[in-house]
Amino acid sequence: MRIDVNAFLGHYPFRKIEGGSPALLLEAMKRTGIDQAWVSNLPAMFWRDPTEGNAMLYRVAETQPALRPVPAVHPGLANWEAVLDQAATRAPAVRVDATFLGINPLGAEMGAVVSGAVQRGLPIMMAVKLEDGRQRHPHDRIPDLSPAEVRGLLRADSAVRLIVTHADRDFIEQVHFGSTPAEAARVLWDICWLWGPPMDDIDHLVATIGATRFCFGTGMPLRIPESSVAKLELLRCSAAERAAIEALNASGCSA
Amino acid sequence: MANDALLELILAHPDRIKGYVAVSPNFTDHALGEIDRCLAVGMIGVKLAASRRCTDPLLDPVVERAGRGGVPVLHHIWQNRRREWPGQEASDAAELCVLAKRHPAVPFLLAHIGGGGDWLHSLHVARLQPNVFVELSGSGVDGGMLEACVDQIGVDRLIWGADLTLCTGWAKLRYLEHLLPADAVEKIAWRNAAGIFPRGAFGAA
Repeated sequence: MRIDVNAFLGHYPFRKIEGGSPALLLEAMKRTGIDQAWVSNLPAMFWRDPTEGNAMLYRVAETQPALRPVPAVHPGLANWEAVLDQAATRAPAVRVDATFLGINPLGAEMGAVVSGAVQRGLPIMMAVKLEDGRQRHPHDRIPDLSPAEVRGLLRADSAVRLIVTHADRDFIEQVHFGSTPAEAARVLWDICWLWGPPMDDIDHLVATIGATRFCFGTGMPLRIPESSVAKLELLRCSAAERAAIEALNASGCSA
Repeated sequence: MANDALLELILAHPDRIKGYVAVSPNFTDHALGEIDRCLAVGMIGVKLAASRRCTDPLLDPVVERAGRGGVPVLHHIWQNRRREWPGQEASDAAELCVLAKRHPAVPFLLAHIGGGGDWLHSLHVARLQPNVFVELSGSGVDGGMLEACVDQIGVDRLIWGADLTLCTGWAKLRYLEHLLPADAVEKIAWRNAAGIFPRGAFGAA
């Protein structure tokens, strides 16, 4: 079983991408041995009301059970509780990208959503970034999520569970070693932005932080899924650790 | 010193490791001497990695010497080019193609399309200069990048690279196998390289 927690449907506002349709995503999953993908609505991340993109995710999931919806929540909109209620029975996680929404990741509105997600047993997903800073569109001035903000969120509620995508080794180490063991145990990191061999950042992190803290993610179609698959296959770890990263940590987080 | 260290590796693994002689065009005499010395003992290309925009006339004697030696010139492109700003010192496809146009008989490698700058910017320029080959390595694995390389440059001027010891390049090779027929992948994986490096550089290839 291989679960990709970090996949997208739809177009990207800053450049042309291939593969944003459900059919092309499923084709890429088949090619790379991915059994299930947790999908977010890519263009909706940039909408003033990203929750308008959630219906498409639920609609696709009805006919394609391999695609599980990760609906977006906007803490500044009054519908946030209704979005969480709907997600509680139908989604493995919700995404709240405060930096994309232009709100304070550690503000009161975010705090309320964190508590609401905890009450409903939902993990919260968020992206550090989506694209390499060297080639972003001039109008893409969205700041990267910071390690301090992730640490703050982990401390905002003693039961919150986070899935953070697109983080590099330095980011992960700043959060992990800046947190208590109990705090660090409530965050999962997807591997899409980590260096595989021969840099071996994933190997290093699995050795120092533990395989329990990582999950498989591709960032497709913004990134080719073969990159994360190669990292996973080249990872020097036990079969149990590989299975945990490949699927069990993600499925356990959303249970 | 770096060239000497590389020569040691080449001598230890002559069938598996081939070398670029790295030179700084800021020191012309030394650069030319290094090219002569290292090509004489089996290096197969010249690498430009110094902070000197490759439109600079200082590059010309280096490229001429590479051309006389029958070896390609690899330029590690740098700095993104989304826009111009004061003091910018980018040296990517735009600059490399100016140099390549001055030396049409010398093959150039634009390294690394997945890590040296903005590939969307670079490909529009590189497509127009037939002696510039686009090398595919770098940490960037953007969806659509390899399709754009194929569309803009064509499979005859793409060259696979790993960028060891940072990346393996394996993921891109796998994706190319999905994207293209086997003969086109073969061109990118090694045939195109065999065509621009000295005859016999890769054994019987």
